[in-house]
Amino acid sequence: MENNKNNLIIETDVCVIGAGHAGCEAALATARLGFDTVIFTVSVESIALMPCNPNVGGTSKGHLVREIDALGGEMGKNIDKTFIQSKMLNLSKGPAVHSLRAQADKANYSHAMRETLENQENLTIKQGEVCEILFDEDGDNKIIKGVRIFTGTTYLCKAVIICSGTYLNARCLCGEAITYTGPNGLQAATHLSESLNAMGVTLRRFKTGTPARMDKRSLDFSKMEEQKGDEKIIPFSFSTNPEDIQKDQVSCYLTYTNEETHKIIRANLDRSPIYAGIIEGTGPRYCPSIEDKVVKFADKERHQVFIEPEGLYTNEMYVGGMSSSLPEDVQLAMYRTVPGLENCKIVRNAYAIEYDCITPGLLTLSLEIKGVSGLFSAGQFNGSSGYEEAAAQGLIAGINAARKLQGKEPLILDRSEAYIGVLIDDLVTKENLEPYRMMTSRAEYRLLLRQDNADFRLRKFGYEVGLVTKEQLDYVLYKDEKIKAEVERLKTTFVGSATKNQEYLESLGSAPLRTGTSLAELLCRPEITYENLSFFDKEREELSDDIIEQVCIRIKYEGYIERQERQVAAFKKMEKKHIPENINYDDVSSLRLEARQKLKLFKPLSVGQASRISGVTPADVSVLLIYLASIGK
Amino acid sequence: MDTIAAICTALSPSGIGIIRISGEEAIAIADKVFKSPNGKKLCDEESHTIHYGHIVDDEEIVDEVLVMLMKGPRSYTKEDVVEIDCHGGILVLKKVFNLLLENGARPSEPGEFTKRAFLNGRIDLTSAEAVMDLISSKSEMARKNSVSVLNGKMYEKIKSVREEILFFIAQIEAAIDDPEHMSLDGFEEELNGKLQEIQAEIEKLIKSYDSGKILKEGINTAIVGKPNAGKSSILNMILNEDRAIVTEIEGTTRDTLEESFDIGGITLNLVDTAGIRESDDLVEKIGIERAKSAIEKADLVLYVADSSTETNIIDDQIIALIDGKKSICLLNKSDLPREMTKQELNAHFEGSTTRPVFLYTSAKTGEGKEELFETIKSMFFNGEISFNDELIVSSLRQKNELVAASEALKKVSESIANSMPEDFLSIDLMSAYASLGEIIGEEVSDDLVDKIFSEFCMGK
Repeated sequence: MENNKNNLIIETDVCVIGAGHAGCEAALATARLGFDTVIFTVSVESIALMPCNPNVGGTSKGHLVREIDALGGEMGKNIDKTFIQSKMLNLSKGPAVHSLRAQADKANYSHAMRETLENQENLTIKQGEVCEILFDEDGDNKIIKGVRIFTGTTYLCKAVIICSGTYLNARCLCGEAITYTGPNGLQAATHLSESLNAMGVTLRRFKTGTPARMDKRSLDFSKMEEQKGDEKIIPFSFSTNPEDIQKDQVSCYLTYTNEETHKIIRANLDRSPIYAGIIEGTGPRYCPSIEDKVVKFADKERHQVFIEPEGLYTNEMYVGGMSSSLPEDVQLAMYRTVPGLENCKIVRNAYAIEYDCITPGLLTLSLEIKGVSGLFSAGQFNGSSGYEEAAAQGLIAGINAARKLQGKEPLILDRSEAYIGVLIDDLVTKENLEPYRMMTSRAEYRLLLRQDNADFRLRKFGYEVGLVTKEQLDYVLYKDEKIKAEVERLKTTFVGSATKNQEYLESLGSAPLRTGTSLAELLCRPEITYENLSFFDKEREELSDDIIEQVCIRIKYEGYIERQERQVAAFKKMEKKHIPENINYDDVSSLRLEARQKLKLFKPLSVGQASRISGVTPADVSVLLIYLASIGK
Repeated sequence: MDTIAAICTALSPSGIGIIRISGEEAIAIADKVFKSPNGKKLCDEESHTIHYGHIVDDEEIVDEVLVMLMKGPRSYTKEDVVEIDCHGGILVLKKVFNLLLENGARPSEPGEFTKRAFLNGRIDLTSAEAVMDLISSKSEMARKNSVSVLNGKMYEKIKSVREEILFFIAQIEAAIDDPEHMSLDGFEEELNGKLQEIQAEIEKLIKSYDSGKILKEGINTAIVGKPNAGKSSILNMILNEDRAIVTEIEGTTRDTLEESFDIGGITLNLVDTAGIRESDDLVEKIGIERAKSAIEKADLVLYVADSSTETNIIDDQIIALIDGKKSICLLNKSDLPREMTKQELNAHFEGSTTRPVFLYTSAKTGEGKEELFETIKSMFFNGEISFNDELIVSSLRQKNELVAASEALKKVSESIANSMPEDFLSIDLMSAYASLGEIIGEEVSDDLVDKIFSEFCMGK
């Protein structure tokens, strides 16, 4: 680079490094909020690439997509345009864990997003590897000045958002075969890590992996269980009209591993790069490779394998549940033990990938990096795993970069407001030792954080930020009024014990009525639906499905919702106990040494956040509370 | 933290008084006022040693003392602690204390030594509360309970219940996120069974609160009866017992003089109701009013009736007053010819919602005395309490958290009965878990620390 005579300088407002799911949301957000934005990618063809599973959503991830949409992000709209199967999961469980998942046509998903980016005002796509981040120094603080790409061209800007995914110093492993590339053989980014380290942004290694893709014609689906989509398709986006997206869907298939599979894996563990010690990165516990599953659940006789289409116009099938870094010969032998895969032909091998990501303690809740004003980051670079997790962070990083340039306070969602809040708080506050995957159980207040009410929770923030229109916000307010009125009406409309009423209830397998039962009380019976109530309530106004759903949830689960709201109130009290930015933890004399070190590193904004840092005990929190009370006096 | 000092013993004309100093400067401050015969400084001495010498104000000797040196972290507060045993009575004790303040210590706030012990990780929250109880406990049994809580038994108990709850929460959460590998088959039966066990344990602790309160504070006992029924002699019967009089307290919150007796480990606070030991010519109306107020405040009413005479209108008034109270009816003067039997007196309780226990007593011969004490004990403790292995909740804060936990667990049972999906169960399981956590300080709420330590009394 020293000999490079190119001294081209281009001015812009925001540079986004990487055009994966995080980068796309980040760039769209800053451009939509009026800032001239350049998004860099090593290959324009890889915009919004889905290098792993061919679906969007799923348990708790579906919540994230809904939240992204409610805030004015793109992922929900894009999957609504390009899905080939859709399913609401966990319908046998409570509404908190219902979760939408859609199979994507990968190529279409990528194209549709590229089209959106290409047509977005203020947004420029630039193919080229970013090699260096440029900054000014002001005492201890660094201030972002721009980036330099491989060709030597400098982009001057006020904010940089790193969304480098798995590309930083990427290394792919398939048994003994090692290549220094990003996913799908794409060029890795080999210079940026050095630049980051030089500016004090220290990095660590993480690992993730993906299973094989197989030729559809080599599989025997008659030996597998067919998994169809829902009859009535529910869109991800609150702005998509459900009627516009009802269509024919393709199927996925379920099959299982067996003892033979596990035997082959166990016999070859020494050839797995992880078990042979070649991989230094830590892999995700909740998205384990088949090797990990066989070792960890040694007593399980079989594991699920999902065969999912990669798109409508390809024969490639994704083998979900069997990601692996074993060598090709072992992979083929292992896959061929699975019913239906006996004659499988592998198009792309399973592989593991290792990459650089940020060390804990450097991120803030706004996703700006400590000590570097104007440097934001999102996605796998922040230690997460998954498309949806990446997109959610990308959106927030984009919003907060824009707000910084606008001179406004950052948008920080807390754990009681959104899964996004849980996700970012965990990434910022906890020392995750492996790629962080969103899970339902990570959300303490999940009955309030449902996928069906993400618009009630977040539209207002999206509107305030400027990514949600007045009409979209007004629709939520309208809906809320309708719901409240209907709940009230059901609570105050009573049903008599006339014979025809009793007979109808009997036909539904429901107990007979006593006089003075309200419609709401009837709805609380598990066997009674809102539809059933029309028998007693002939004159009622026709309401849309989304309104009826909310009415039912608010009535059926009223007590639980109230109790969870009380838990949130207690939580908020601790979140509102702010810790002054200039606190000197050395003055808090009773803190244990470990807690003092952790607090200095993580710099929590509130006592609530402090209490979630590992190594900070409840007694330390008490000490902190007393100290804050004493300096507050 | 700065250095605090307090006079730890009661300011009574006893022979010895202890002053405690704790904090960074504790030893340095003590050195400024302490002079040993060999001239050695305390800061040069080994920890956990005792030193003879004098407290001096400039050159003037204030007192002859023994000084105990405990260097942190091997001390009650984990800070440097110095204890000074003074010998010169109240005035000298105060003088030594003032000297320490002049030399840089500040008077401790209520409960501050224990607060520091807690904050420095020396004791857990239940232990801290136990210290508070220990200081204010009046009877031997209350003391034993405080010591047992202080030793962490309460902590262990609550912790093990929490772990059981957490186990179920973990199963629910794991099954939601990894249904392939975690099955909830048979989960609800198992949970239901365990919930009943846990509920029984919590209920037992909640019930122990009343016992705990009584252990700590004693049983407030009012003796009532018409003039000449023998109230005074009943009081004397108890007074003349050879059991020790524990304390004699000038009631500060109460408006009458009260005397406390230890009967087999339980404190009886006998409220000397108006008219009882004073002359009989007091207007009866006033007597009734006073008795009424004493009855209202009492945990136990001893109603003294004269079995050698027939009842009159005053007895009926008293019977009406004690309705709803735990009471014992003493048919006194049993040594005289009997004019009134238990059955006859019982008939007067026709309109009452509660019935007292009836005993024949004779203050003169001592008949019924043992029976009276046994009856009192069994009334308050159902004969179930053995203080060696039972834990007793004595703080209202702890009791309230236990009640909250118990209610949350009831909701879990209701949800199971209503066939709610498992993920609903975790809401109330979490609540119970959090409430129990607040008892032992594993969960911290913003006002918890202040709530606890503001209740502390001076000294410790």
